Amino acid sequence: MSERPLLEVTDLVKHFPIKAGVVIDREVGRVRAVDGVSLTLHEGETLGLVGESGCGKSTLARTILQLIAPTSGSVRFDGHELVGRSQRELRPLRRQMQMIFQDPFASLNPRKRIGQIIGDPMQLHGIADGTQLKLRIQELLDRVGLQAEHYNRYPHEFSGGQRQRIGIARALALEPRLIIADEPVSALDVSVQAQIINLLGDLQREFGMAYLFVAHDLGVVRHVSNRVAVMYLGKIVEQADSDTLYAQPRHPYTNALLSAVPIPDPRKNKARERITLDGDVPSPIDPPPGCHFHTRCSSATERCRTAEPPLVTDGVGHTVACHHPL
Amino acid sequence: MSPILSVTDLRVSFATDEGVVHAVDGVSFDVNPGEVVAIVGESGCGKSVTAQTIIGLTRSPNATISGTATFGGRDLIGMPDDELRTVRGEHIAMVFQDPMTSLNPVYRVGDQIAEMIRAHRQVSKKEALARAGELLHSVGIPNPERRVRDYPHEFSGGMRQRVMIAMALALEPELLIADEPTTALDVTIQAQILNLLRTLNEEKNTAVVLITHDLGVVAELADKVVVMYAGQIVEQASLDELFYQPQHPYTWGLLGSIPRPDEIRPDRLPQIPGQPPSLRNPPTGCRFAARCDYTFSDCATLPGLESRLGTQHLDRCWLSADAKAGTR
Repeated sequence: MSERPLLEVTDLVKHFPIKAGVVIDREVGRVRAVDGVSLTLHEGETLGLVGESGCGKSTLARTILQLIAPTSGSVRFDGHELVGRSQRELRPLRRQMQMIFQDPFASLNPRKRIGQIIGDPMQLHGIADGTQLKLRIQELLDRVGLQAEHYNRYPHEFSGGQRQRIGIARALALEPRLIIADEPVSALDVSVQAQIINLLGDLQREFGMAYLFVAHDLGVVRHVSNRVAVMYLGKIVEQADSDTLYAQPRHPYTNALLSAVPIPDPRKNKARERITLDGDVPSPIDPPPGCHFHTRCSSATERCRTAEPPLVTDGVGHTVACHHPL
Repeated sequence: MSPILSVTDLRVSFATDEGVVHAVDGVSFDVNPGEVVAIVGESGCGKSVTAQTIIGLTRSPNATISGTATFGGRDLIGMPDDELRTVRGEHIAMVFQDPMTSLNPVYRVGDQIAEMIRAHRQVSKKEALARAGELLHSVGIPNPERRVRDYPHEFSGGMRQRVMIAMALALEPELLIADEPTTALDVTIQAQILNLLRTLNEEKNTAVVLITHDLGVVAELADKVVVMYAGQIVEQASLDELFYQPQHPYTWGLLGSIPRPDEIRPDRLPQIPGQPPSLRNPPTGCRFAARCDYTFSDCATLPGLESRLGTQHLDRCWLSADAKAGTR
């Protein structure tokens, strides 16, 4: 993997200002949703991004795609800088970066037919038209496990799993090189979830696109990812290839997160040692000084309360931001 | 030991514009004192309707309910509303999935708990509020004296679920019905709430009916497991038997299709093809047959929920025990 990465995110920051005042808006605080994140993603690779609600993982996904303008930092896609480009300048690159959303009910326009939902992006980018367009749509429907005759139906006629397939077909339509999937299976039942995970895997083997897979379910992330990054309060605290991360987590937060997941195996569940974190995630408006995790960490020392630990990479590409890694 | 709750042949159907939906179709199970019974299944399998019907929450003009749910020697299904109200809260309490919508946003949390206590007990407002504080303390909410004066929006999701549990336990019920109590919560918070439920179950000997879709949560908490599919129970067994000797192909599918954080699964997860049948017009034979890999001629008739191993382990599948042991 020495060649240039497909996606290179460097020190990306997104702060949302909190304003107050009647006539003149004063900024009274900032929500530090994404606070200096760097990551790389290679062609055909899947990077899993995990963390609890409010850790900034969805904001990060949207900021990378420039759906939300970043406060600072750089996002390079295939060598092209995306930050600072106008919408018009972004459009040709957008074609190569698509998104799959969490909520299959809210992410499809209820007043458009399936054919139109999948066909619009292709028309906008001038890829196909007329009969050719229709053929291409039917081919895509078939590829994601729907039938060609679904072409004229409306979203409400489909179940959650089928709608997620429609969302995938729409993302696939432009033959992207990168798909950012934001919790694509968390609204689905387990049996349907397995179908969609398998579909995403098959498509990647067939078309070779890269996935940035954002999810809170650690089991799903392990299954789909080559590498996994763990986020806490706007920062990546640990990153490694997925087997290493799950087998030997080095950040106490990752360790606690893994130990908190109930495993569907009663004997194993009872046998393993559990770490229960106290309290809730602190507010990202005024995150704790030093290491953000020190308020909930059992091995925190004075140093953790004052100095922020830098991300350090060991020889085998396991990155961790902790003064006292495990 | 006689069960504290005994549900027999419960049937619930709802008349809708598109036809009659048979949401629950002949469900029977027992809950023993201090036992945790998990009801698992996917969306629309009837698990929540079962739980809600037991405490009378599905009574409405378009609902047809039959069967019995015997609790403390009395049948809850036919019980008049006002009698049922005294059973609810006093003897059976319920915790819902969404802690954001289960509390009234315009009343202080302490007042809501106190109101509930005063509806059932002859105590002064002051005493009830003091009790509310103790309850918040018992479910692990810091600074309870101050927190009773807070409004629901001042609590996080996990804290609100603790408030709901505190309220449910206020009158020390014998049975707690928890409908997806941790589904809306993050894993680290889920672990806290599961710990809390386990402690309460062990210390107060409160029986729990746990409704969930997450087999991990089941493995964590349950003593007995009921698996539902398309309005019916397809398998019922003790925790270990269900996980280590599952007898129904649907249970195999559920257990097999979970991506797990603790082990590497095959590249393609085993998946259950298709979708559950419509409950407006369920198939006459085995309801799982259309999605099952092991169907044969017998599957055209509906199998009964029976013990096929000669133990307490019940399943609804025609395959012989040998065939199951061989195919799984």
